[in-house]
Amino acid sequence: MAKTINEINEKINKGEAVVVTANEIIDFVKEKGIEKAAQEVDVVTTGTFGPMCSSSAYINVGHTSPRMKLGGGRVLLNDVPAYTGLAAVDLLIGATAIPDDDPRNKIHPGEFNYGGGHIIEDLVAGNDIRLEATAYGTDCYPKRKLETWINISDINDAVLFNMRNAYQNYNVAVNLSEKTIYTYMGMLKPNLGNASYSSAGQLSPLLNDPYYRTIGIGTKIFLGGGIGFVAWHGTQHNPNVLRTENGVPRRSAGTLAVMGDLKQMNQRWLVGTSMLGYGCTITVGIGVPIPILSEEVLQYTTVTDDDILAPVVDYSRAYPQMQPDVIDEVSYAQLKSGQITIQGKKVATASLSSYPRAVEIASTLKEWILNGKFLLTDPVAPLPGIESGITFRPLKERPIED
Amino acid sequence: MAVSKRIVLRFPGRLVDRPIVSRLVRDYNLDFNILKASVTPEEEGLLVLELSGKQSDYDKGIRYLTETGVRIQALSQDVTRNEERCTHCGACLTICPTGAFGRELQTLRVIFDNEKCLACGLCIKTCPPRAMELHF
Repeated sequence: MAKTINEINEKINKGEAVVVTANEIIDFVKEKGIEKAAQEVDVVTTGTFGPMCSSSAYINVGHTSPRMKLGGGRVLLNDVPAYTGLAAVDLLIGATAIPDDDPRNKIHPGEFNYGGGHIIEDLVAGNDIRLEATAYGTDCYPKRKLETWINISDINDAVLFNMRNAYQNYNVAVNLSEKTIYTYMGMLKPNLGNASYSSAGQLSPLLNDPYYRTIGIGTKIFLGGGIGFVAWHGTQHNPNVLRTENGVPRRSAGTLAVMGDLKQMNQRWLVGTSMLGYGCTITVGIGVPIPILSEEVLQYTTVTDDDILAPVVDYSRAYPQMQPDVIDEVSYAQLKSGQITIQGKKVATASLSSYPRAVEIASTLKEWILNGKFLLTDPVAPLPGIESGITFRPLKERPIED
Repeated sequence: MAVSKRIVLRFPGRLVDRPIVSRLVRDYNLDFNILKASVTPEEEGLLVLELSGKQSDYDKGIRYLTETGVRIQALSQDVTRNEERCTHCGACLTICPTGAFGRELQTLRVIFDNEKCLACGLCIKTCPPRAMELHF
């Protein structure tokens, strides 16, 4: 019964494609059986909406008159420093950048109310952004100082480029120490006072394609409310982790590098985010369509929150000290129930990624496909799988002797 | 009938150095629990109280405060959620000491019940998209 992406696209064009979300497919297959369901269903849509720090936007602001070489100079966007180590008027703003005069954690915990993630949100929202720049002059780029408003509608390019998004599974963070800690997983109360997690579980893109059978380089996706593409595997992509019998990673594993035109994205799906005592970031919406090319591919999409296990990690000691210790494993069904049991203690859970918004993304992508607005792409190359031998390495620190 | 209400009191500058709240106990048989207190640089005083006692005493106490020149607001209006900004992630659920946040069972959408809110302000800075707002 194997289908091709071309055949699925033909059905989409004719308005005949059968599209369901990664939530809906579970009962669909239970009811119809895998064989019949694989014949009927063409696409399963996934979604995730969580803080993703390795996100950025690059912009080309256009040339001033006389010309100015921002490259190698210094540029502030609403006081947040942008990266300028590129050609004359290309800039990159990363989600975790913060203003030089942000007090950081000098008064602990710092608030981190505005940073690079908020710049990206302001850009996509169409808000004016104050650009201040200084540079050294050259014969061909004589101008040395610039203060101007910029707006996404006026600049040449604005591209979202995220080098690591959509983690395939993630840690559940707890605090075994006796004092409150402030982490990128939120405020963690002492003595297992709470637990926080960050994955859409059974709706999450890479958990529905655990061996990267369909998601590859060139896969067209929902990104930030618009269209984007998988550009590469994400940094720290780590296919070689413990997996369940169904192939589902039991640790954080694969990742995606994604990109797309920021000009067609939407503020609702790129939200500047502040983590108390930690820093700034951005919450990104991603949805990936999975073409049901075979029964095997379909089988993977029927994964449920009960089947997906996440490692519980102590962020007071094990995480900062790079110790591999995992306290326990819990399922996303348990996490989403609001309470887990760790070391005999009942611990309330909270999520950093938004499940309701992940559902909305999967449903929106489904609508786009049903309405013929979104066709699937064939990946041009696969993501590295287990056979790649890629592992996740720590930095090998080598002291520099005089 | 016994009542217990959370209220925000604002004291104009001229009242800041006068003993006012103590009379609620002495003359009106009311109990209070101070949830928040501050004096602004313009010397306006702000006091968030949980005030409890008999309804008739409570009403008299409130009348006394109003006649003295203290402005009174119900507390439940003071912490609000910016619905545009809230992403329904749920980071607030385990932070709130009074359990003012909950989840809809099916959708996991976050519910904010400001009747349970003490206006402690913990959610303001821990909300990742900064959707919770404190208004005094």
